[in-house]
Amino acid sequence: MKPISYAVPASIDEALAAIVDLPGAKFLGGGTNLVDLMREGIETPEVLVDVTRLPLAEITETPAGGLRIGAAVRNTDLAANLAVRQRYPVLAQAVLMGASGQIRNMATVGGNLLQRTRCLYFYDAAAACNKRDLGSGCGAVAGHNRMGAILGASEHCVAVHPSDLAVALVMLDAEVEVASRTGTRRIPIQDFHRLPGESPHLDTTLAADELVTAVTLPAEPLAASSRYRKVRDRASYAFALVSVAAALEVTNGTVSQARVALGGVAHKPWRATTLEQYLAGRPATDEEFAAAARAELAQAVGTPSTEFKIELAVRTITATLRRLRDEGGAA
Amino acid sequence: MTLAPERTARPSAPPEADAGPGRTGPAIGRAVDRVDGLAKTTGTARFSAEYPIPGLTHAVLVHAPIARGRIRSIDVAQAEAHPGVVLVLTHLNAPRLTPPPTRMNPMDLSTMAAGSSIAFLNTDEVHVDGQPVAAVVAETLESAQYAASLVRVDYETITPTADFEAELPTAKAVRSMPVLPPTGGKRGDARAAYTKAPVQVDLSFTTPQHNHNALEPHATTAVWDGKKLTVYEGCQNIDWTQKFLAKRFDVPASDVHVVSKYVGGGFGGKSKVWAATLITCMAAQVAQRPVRLALTREGVYRTVGGRTPTRQRVAIGASRTGQMEALIHQATSRKGRVGGEADQIISCSLDLYDAATILAEQKIVELDLMTNTAMRAPGEAQGSFAVESAVDELAIELGLDPVELRLLNQPVDKSPVHGTRYSHRRLAQALEQGRDLFGWADRPAPGTRDGKDLVGWGVAAAIHPAWEFVANVQLTVDATGSATLACAFHEMGMGTATVVGQMVADCLGVPLERVSALYGDSDLPMGPGAGGSGQTASLAASIEKACQAMRKRLDALASKSGMPDGSDPAEVLTRAGEQSLTVEVGADTGPKAMWGQVRFLSKMVMDSRRWMKAATGAHYCEVRVDADTGELRIRRWLSVFDVGRVVNPKTTHSQLRGGIVMGLGMAMGEETLIDTRTARIMNPSLAEYHVPVHADVPHLDVHTLDDPDPQMPLGILGAGEVGIVGVGAAVANAIRHATGRRVTDLPLTLDRIVG
Amino acid sequence: MPVQPRTTPELRFSLNGAPTAVEVDAGVSLLDLLREHLDLSGTKKGCNQGACGVCTVLVDGRRVLACLTLAVQVEGRDVTTIEGVGTPDEPHDLQRAFIGADGFQCGYCTSGQICSALGMLRELDEGVPSAVSESMGAAPGRSNVEVRERMSGNLCRCGAYNGIADAIESYADTTGSHR
Ligand SMILES: Cc1cc2nc3c(=O)[nH]c(=O)nc-3n(C[C@H](O)[C@H](O)[C@H](O)COP(=O)(O)OP(=O)(O)OC[C@H]3O[C@@H](n4cnc5c(N)ncnc54)[C@H](O)[C@@H]3O)c2cc1C
Ligand code: SF4
Ligand code: FES
Ligand code: FES
Repeated sequence: MKPISYAVPASIDEALAAIVDLPGAKFLGGGTNLVDLMREGIETPEVLVDVTRLPLAEITETPAGGLRIGAAVRNTDLAANLAVRQRYPVLAQAVLMGASGQIRNMATVGGNLLQRTRCLYFYDAAAACNKRDLGSGCGAVAGHNRMGAILGASEHCVAVHPSDLAVALVMLDAEVEVASRTGTRRIPIQDFHRLPGESPHLDTTLAADELVTAVTLPAEPLAASSRYRKVRDRASYAFALVSVAAALEVTNGTVSQARVALGGVAHKPWRATTLEQYLAGRPATDEEFAAAARAELAQAVGTPSTEFKIELAVRTITATLRRLRDEGGAA
Repeated sequence: MTLAPERTARPSAPPEADAGPGRTGPAIGRAVDRVDGLAKTTGTARFSAEYPIPGLTHAVLVHAPIARGRIRSIDVAQAEAHPGVVLVLTHLNAPRLTPPPTRMNPMDLSTMAAGSSIAFLNTDEVHVDGQPVAAVVAETLESAQYAASLVRVDYETITPTADFEAELPTAKAVRSMPVLPPTGGKRGDARAAYTKAPVQVDLSFTTPQHNHNALEPHATTAVWDGKKLTVYEGCQNIDWTQKFLAKRFDVPASDVHVVSKYVGGGFGGKSKVWAATLITCMAAQVAQRPVRLALTREGVYRTVGGRTPTRQRVAIGASRTGQMEALIHQATSRKGRVGGEADQIISCSLDLYDAATILAEQKIVELDLMTNTAMRAPGEAQGSFAVESAVDELAIELGLDPVELRLLNQPVDKSPVHGTRYSHRRLAQALEQGRDLFGWADRPAPGTRDGKDLVGWGVAAAIHPAWEFVANVQLTVDATGSATLACAFHEMGMGTATVVGQMVADCLGVPLERVSALYGDSDLPMGPGAGGSGQTASLAASIEKACQAMRKRLDALASKSGMPDGSDPAEVLTRAGEQSLTVEVGADTGPKAMWGQVRFLSKMVMDSRRWMKAATGAHYCEVRVDADTGELRIRRWLSVFDVGRVVNPKTTHSQLRGGIVMGLGMAMGEETLIDTRTARIMNPSLAEYHVPVHADVPHLDVHTLDDPDPQMPLGILGAGEVGIVGVGAAVANAIRHATGRRVTDLPLTLDRIVG
Repeated sequence: MPVQPRTTPELRFSLNGAPTAVEVDAGVSLLDLLREHLDLSGTKKGCNQGACGVCTVLVDGRRVLACLTLAVQVEGRDVTTIEGVGTPDEPHDLQRAFIGADGFQCGYCTSGQICSALGMLRELDEGVPSAVSESMGAAPGRSNVEVRERMSGNLCRCGAYNGIADAIESYADTTGSHR
C-alpha cells in the first residue's frame, strides 16, 4: 500500500475543507471497503479524512415523522435501533444480511452506500476494467460474471452494486443528505447510484468534494410490514445473487400498494416501478405477483452465466410478496 | 410420517468426557483433551510467521500477471531506492540453485516435494500466471509491500492454453505407478457386460478446481548461519522439506534445520516445497539477514497448487434385481505443463462394489496452469461424487432402496479388481448402523414438501485406502517416571500430539499425564509425512516397537535389582541409579538409513499385494431445497465410519467432521474460477471462494465402529480423509430425492438445482 | 485552523488494559501493528481481505476485523486481543470451554473465534437482532441457529464448527446472561 497520511477533522467544515485542500484526499468511514481496495492497489488516496469522529453518528426523528440516520452510524447500530426495527424492518434486515457481525460493527452508512462493486475483474489490477480504467475494456463481459447485472447494464460494464442497505433505502424512497464547501443538497436515493452507460467509472452522482452527512427516511406506515429477502450462494457472509426489498398493502384481497426494489441485478439498486404499477389495484394472488415480476424483468438481459438470475428474480419477488400477503402485517 | 425437526440441541455431554488427570486404565479410547489446547486458545502457540527473530527482514513477492512468456526487462531501481529496502531479488541476481527434479524418484521420495519444475528466479521464463518474478526484502513489511509495487517488469507474452473442457480431446492416458495409488484397474470385459446389462445408467460429471485454503497462509522464515540454514515453516513433510532444500541449495541435509511446530491447516497444500519457501531461503542467503515471507491469500492461490478439476463418466449395468454386472469409471484430470500428478480419481470404483466386471481408467490434460497437488482425499473426493451419484441413479432406475442396492453389491472378502484380501471390511455395518441411527425407514416420499421447502434424504458410501510410512521415534523414560516421545511428526490439528501420548501411556504402562511428545522439528528422528491419513498408524507401529524395546530394557534392569517384570519405570531407574533410558526405533535410524527406506518401501509394495486396507463409512443426510429459489440447506447429517481403532474419540470425531465440512464445501460452493483467456485465477480470495461458514453446518452426528483392523498398527486405519469422501454425492442424492433433478456438476449451486 | 494530516502519527490507545503509545505509519493496519510491531501474534492473519475473521479483536468491547482497521483509527480506544482475554496460567472460561468441547484443530482461527464469540454474546445481551431472528421488533433469544448465523464471519477451514458452537453455548449457559 502506498504511504499515506491521516487526518481527523474536528468539525464537518474542517472535513469539507480538507477534502478540497489536501491533494488526493478521500473520506474514510469504517474502512472495510476502502482499506481493502487500497491494499489491492485499486484505490490510491494520499490522505484519509476520517469522518467517524464527526457528529454524524445519531439516529433522530425528523419533523415529518421519519428518521434521519447520520452517515457515520455503524451498520450494527442502525440494525439494532428500535425505531428502525419497528418502523422499517426491511432496513434492519437488509443490514443484517450483509457482510458479518465484525464488518457491520465497523461499516458506516455512508461507506456502505459508497462501497464499490465486487466484480472479479474490477478487483484484479491486472485485468481490463472500464470502471477502474475507463477505455481499457471490460474483462467481465466475456469472463466470469455470474454475480453480474441483468438489468440496465451496458457493453462497457456489467457489474452490480453490492450494497444490501441501499436496496432497502431505495424501496423506502430515502434521501441522501450531502454537504460540500459550497452548501448542502438532498439527493433522492434513486438518483444517487447510476447505471453504467458510457461512464462506468462513476458509481454515483456524488461529487468528489461532497460528504454524505445523513440518510433520511420519510414517514411511511406501509414500511412497518416490509421485508428483505436475500438469495446467495451460502447461508451467510456472501453477496446477493438476487435480493428483494418489498412492502405490500392489501385491502380486501386487492393490492392497494406494492413497493419493490431489487439488489444484485444492476449497477444500482433497482426500483421495480413497472411491477409496482402493474400490481396496483390487482388481486393479491400468486399469479398476479408472478406476472408483475415478469413484467419487471421483461427488459432483463442475461449472459450464459447470469441468465438464471432472471427467473430467480421473478421467483424471489413472487415468494417475498406472497409471504408479505400471508403475514398480512408486521415482519 | 413425521419430519425430523431441525436439530438445535447439543448433545448434553461430549461423548466419554475425559475424567481428567489421575485417571487410571487404558488411555487409548479415551476422549482426552488436546495437549496443545491452552497454547492454541490463548494465542500463545507460535506459527511459522510468528517467531521473534533478531534482525528479521520481511519479503514480499512480485507475481507475473501473465501465464506464459519471458521477462524482457525488469526495472528495480525505484524499488531499491524506497526507504527500508534491503534487497530486490530477481532472476538477475538470485543465487543459482540445483535445478528441481523433473520426475519423482522412488529411491528418494523427497523428489516428490517439488511443487513444480520451474526454476524460480533462475530463469527469465514465465510458465504460470502468478509465478514470482521478484522478491523485495525490507526492514518492515510495509516498506517491502510498497516497494514490491514499484518493480516494473516488461514481458514478452505467449497465449496460454488453459481451457480444461476445450482441451479434453488432447488428454493422454495415465499409467499407474508403483508406490503411488492406482489410477486404473480392470476386471473382465466391462464394456461388453455393460452393453448386455438389462438396466443401465450412464452419467457424465464435472468437478471444478478447488483450493485448500488452510487459514494460515504459507509462511517461511529463513535464517542462514554460514552454510547452515534454519527454516521455520508450517509444513506437512519436514523430512522432504529438509532433504529437498538441502539438494536445491547444495548443502548436506544435516545443515538444514526445519522447525514446524504448529501448522495452521494443510489438507495437502503444505506437503510440497513451493516457490515462496525457496525464494525466502535465497533471499536470506543474499541479504545475509533472516527473512520472513508470509504469502498473501492471493499469493497462496497463485503459487500453491490446488485440486485438479475432473470430467468423469460412470456407467453401471445391472440385473433387474440389482446385481452390478458392469461398472465403468473413466476420468480425466489436469496437470500443469510444469508438473503435478494425476489424482486417483477412479480409486473408489476399484473397491466400493463387487461388480462382475469393472473398468477404471484415467486420462490427463496438460495446461499452462499452476501444477495441481494433493488435496484431502485426492481423487477419492472427486471420484466418489461421480460413482456414488451414479449408484443412486441406478437405485432409482431399479426401484430399489439405495442402501439395499449398496449392501447387495458389497464385496465379501476380496478386492474385486486386484484380488487382494480385505484386512477387514466393515462398510456394510457402517451402512446398516447409519440407516438405523438416521431412521432411514422413515424416509419421506420423493418431493415431499415442508412449507416452502422440498425435503430430500440422501445416502452415500465412503472408502479411503490406509497408508503407512516410515516413522523413526526415540523414546526416553527418566527416573521421575516421565516418558518422552521424540519424532518429527506434524500437528496440523489432527490431534497427533495428543494421541501419541495415549499410545505411549498404554504401550508402556505409564499414566497419561507422565507422557509428553516432542515433534515438528527436523532435529528429531524422522517422522512420517502428514498425508494419506497415515501419520497416526505409522507412528503407532514405531511406538509399539519402541515401548516393547523399552519394556525389555526396563525389565532387564529390574531383574538386576531383583524386581519383577513390568515394575514401575521410575522405581526401576532409581534403584538402578540411572537418570534415564532411551531407545530408538524406525526403518531408517542409523547409518544405513537409505536401505531402511528401501526395505520399508518394498515391504509396503509387498503388503499392498496381499492386503487391501481401507477406512470406510456411510453418510446420511437430510436437505431442504427452497422450492422457489433452489437455496440448499443441510438440515441433518449422520455418518458412521470404520476407521479401525479410535485412539481418541474427541480428536478423531473432530477430524471426521472436518472432512465432512470440507465435503460440504465441495458440494455447496467451492470453485476456483480460472479465466481461460488469461489462465488466471479470478477469485483468489476467501470472499469469492465460498468455503462453508458456521451457518452452513448443522450438528454433524458422527459415529465410529471402533473395530481395530487386524493388519494395521494398533488397528488404526486413519481418519483424516475418509470423512470427505462421498459427501458431495450424499448431498446430490438428497437433492435428487427432494427435487427429482440429478445435478452432475459441482458445486451444487441453486441455479443447477432449480435451473 | 485547517486539519493537519499526519504520515506517522503517534498513536495512544489502551491495549489489553495497558496504556500504549506507538509511532506508526498511517497506512499500517491494526493487525500488522499487533503482529509485526508489538509482537502480539495471537491475533492471526488469514486473508487480509476481511473475509475470514481470524483477525477479530475487540475495540471498546465490540468485535472488529483488525486487518481492515487502520491502527490510527483506534486512537483513544480500548483494544482487547486474545492475549488480553486470558493466559495459559489464567485462561478465560470461554477458552476452557473451547478446550473441553474441542472447538479447534489447527488453532489458527481460534483466537478470532474466541474474541468474536465474546463480542457476539455482548451483542445478544444488547438485543442486537440477526438475519435469522424471528422478528425485527422483539429482542432475539440465544439459540444454536442464532449463534451459528452470528459467528458466520469466522471461518474454520478445519471444520471445527460443531465444537466451536458447543463451546460458546456451554460457556453462555454457565454465565447465564445472553438471554
Ligand atoms: C468479506 C466482505 C463481505 C461483505 N459482504 C457484504 C454484503 O453481503 N452486503 C453488503 O451490503 N456489504 C457487504 N460488504 C461490504 C461492507 O458492507 C462495506 O465494506 C461497508 O459497508 C463499507 O462501509 P465503511 O464505512 O467501512 O466504508 P469505507 O471503506 O470507509 O468507505 C467506502 C467508500 O465510501 C467513502 N465514504 C465513506 N464515508 C463517506 C461519507 N460520509 N461521505 C462520502 N464518502 C464516504 C469512502 O471514501 C470510500 O470510497 C462486505 C465486505 C466484506 C469485506
Ligand atoms: S463489469 Fe464493470 S467493473 Fe467489472 S470489469 Fe467490466 S467494467 Fe470493470
Ligand atoms: S485476516 Fe482479517 S478477516 Fe481475514
Ligand atoms: S481450527 Fe484450523 S481453521 Fe479453525
